[in-house]
Amino acid sequence: MEQIYLDHNATTPVDPRVAEAMIPFLSGQFGNASSVHQWGRDAKVALENSREMVASIINCKPQELYFTSGGTESDNIAILGTAARFKDRKKHIIVGAAEHPAVLEPAEHLVDNDGFELDLLTVDSEGFSSADELTRLLREDTFLVSVMHGNNESGAVQDIAALSAAAHEKSTLFHTDAVQSIGKIKVDVSELNVDMLSLTGHKIYGPKGCGGLFVREGIKIAPLFYGGSHEKKRRPGTENIAGVVGLAKALEIAEQCREEDFNRLSKLADYFIEQITQKIEDVRINSPRHNRIPQTINLSLTGTEGESLVLSLDLKGVAVSSGSACTSGAVEPSHVLTAMNIPAVEAHGAIRISMGRSTTREQIDYVLAELPPIVERLRELSPIYHKK
Amino acid sequence: MSQKVLIAMSGGVDSSVAALLLKEQGYEVVGAHMKLWDYVDVGADIYKDGRCCTIDSITDCRLVCDKIGAPFYVLNMSAHFRDSVIEDFVSEYHKGRTPNPCVQCNSDIKWNTFLKKARELGCDYMATGHYARIEQLKNRRWTIRKGVDSTRDQSYVLWGVSQDALANTLMPLGSLKKTEVRDIARKHELRTAEKAESREICFVVDDDYRRFLREYEEKRKERSFIPGDIVHEDGRVMGRHEGTEFFTIGQRKGLGLTHPTPLYVKEIDAENSRVIVSDNDSLFRDELIAEQINWVGFSPIVGRNPCGFDTGEASGSDSGARTFNADVKIRYLHIPSPAEIELLTDQSVRIKFIDKQRAITPGQSVAFYDGDILLGGGVIAG
Repeated sequence: MEQIYLDHNATTPVDPRVAEAMIPFLSGQFGNASSVHQWGRDAKVALENSREMVASIINCKPQELYFTSGGTESDNIAILGTAARFKDRKKHIIVGAAEHPAVLEPAEHLVDNDGFELDLLTVDSEGFSSADELTRLLREDTFLVSVMHGNNESGAVQDIAALSAAAHEKSTLFHTDAVQSIGKIKVDVSELNVDMLSLTGHKIYGPKGCGGLFVREGIKIAPLFYGGSHEKKRRPGTENIAGVVGLAKALEIAEQCREEDFNRLSKLADYFIEQITQKIEDVRINSPRHNRIPQTINLSLTGTEGESLVLSLDLKGVAVSSGSACTSGAVEPSHVLTAMNIPAVEAHGAIRISMGRSTTREQIDYVLAELPPIVERLRELSPIYHKK
Repeated sequence: MSQKVLIAMSGGVDSSVAALLLKEQGYEVVGAHMKLWDYVDVGADIYKDGRCCTIDSITDCRLVCDKIGAPFYVLNMSAHFRDSVIEDFVSEYHKGRTPNPCVQCNSDIKWNTFLKKARELGCDYMATGHYARIEQLKNRRWTIRKGVDSTRDQSYVLWGVSQDALANTLMPLGSLKKTEVRDIARKHELRTAEKAESREICFVVDDDYRRFLREYEEKRKERSFIPGDIVHEDGRVMGRHEGTEFFTIGQRKGLGLTHPTPLYVKEIDAENSRVIVSDNDSLFRDELIAEQINWVGFSPIVGRNPCGFDTGEASGSDSGARTFNADVKIRYLHIPSPAEIELLTDQSVRIKFIDKQRAITPGQSVAFYDGDILLGGGVIAG
């Protein structure tokens, strides 16, 4: 059976060039970057070279970039670490309604445990938020706004520069989760005009367990961990040198092939959308037509359940997801699609196809052949779907 | 191409071996764990081992499936289970009855939602690790025969399964004994081989249904428990109780009464919030009415049964003999007792036992047998 991986927004394989770059730091150059001897110096140099590489790509100073264990940790430090600094003065936070749980749940934690107030910035049916609405939500005591750059489920790319301008107008800090956009579209902290930005390696053919947080110089945030002076005390713990090297290499490669990947995957996505809407009735494309991470296609097949679609495709060797990987298995429709006001019946029948560097036209054709009979079977069994 | 089967896996040794046997029989096996409830909802100890629906159990299923080369999925059915099975369980107690949640789960979750999921995934069958055998009789009816291992027979809780569902279900353990199942698991080094039995009601993790009811209603605040009198059948008030929900017919312990002779719960009058007690002899009755009848191996509409007993004339729906004899089981650990069953309506029967039975309990299931063949069943109304 053919095995086709179309879940690159969940994670990606490590690029062989990335693995090759990492290997020396797993055994030969295994040193602790805090050590004073040769091994330590080698590790430290690799760490700082990697920092410079990542910083130069996102256009920040190396000293503004902190390495973490990944996107979830970066988001948590950004939100909880900022909240800790403001808790006596400002108790209001605004996050996007379609954020990843790594942003939503720390924000809810602040509300449940520390007396903060939370407002959700809505998204429209394509997944976009408006700067005007943000302006209306901002208060004197708003300490942080956090809105995702590229959405993991819909692929919608927000106009972060406009949103951050609205926040800065009211002297409020702005954080963006760029985990899904980095390496796929241009991510420049200066253009986006953000104060904090989360990124990770494993969505762009780097290793799992290594990410970064950009914090603009001068902004104070409290650490979540204590126990050492690593990462200037903002993220203590012996540095994951191999991971950091891998992250930097992965990002370097992603930057090199970003435009080529973007163009190729845009065309492939357009082809898929055109074909699938011809082959199957009642398909709703939930992803926006424009301003999208091109490889992400979220679609609803009315009268089916996303779970059954995903499992049936898996039994045919095709890996896709319903909702994000962290939440699938739950019966609730995705909060992202719900936030986009997609009717429950359609949100239940949603799947996300996320293509990647290895995705070919032949693979897409295979899915285009396998999906229609599955949809037909599910609709025949559906108590709610009636053929037009 | 081989036939495809979705097997319900709890994480125990039985369903593990059932999956293995199906694989050996040449089926394309897909494993699935039904996530039915969460400790957040049902209370008690999240770290207690040996229960289904825990992360550890799911891990066991996953690794067994990996070992036998089957894909494995977790199907979250907890919202449906809560609305159907748990809600029915609680409301039955509020009505003064003693429910069989496993029966409700079998007819509404396993042989409804799960079977539908099997069909959605393109499977030809669903399968379970029950110790029971599914067979088609000469009258074309699908039935369940008691498992070969009489100590493990689970046919009693399967009376509610529809004909269509039975025709599409495989139970590979029906002809095996538990010891043999464990031996197979050991031989194939399945990690669940030595796992302890699951017992009682899966979502009442500490087997304390009274604790469960209290916590469930405390969280929802929709219904409350109404205290009342404990009354002797002769009319004397014997004491107080905190809610009829905490009693079951035949119960002796926990009544908190001082009386020279042992007293037992004879009747629960939920409407008037009274618990009626009596001596042991008064618990015996020879008749009951059962409702919500589902016919399995026998159909009174079809007429003459295939199993050798006499139903008189071929009974049409409104003529001919309306009675037949069968062995009737009135609770999980009851030995089926001979009785005459009289059809009252499509949905209800009157059952007259030859020997009086102790503690006939409204809400509990009855199952009718001819030898080891399950003919049908229902719920005791009174």
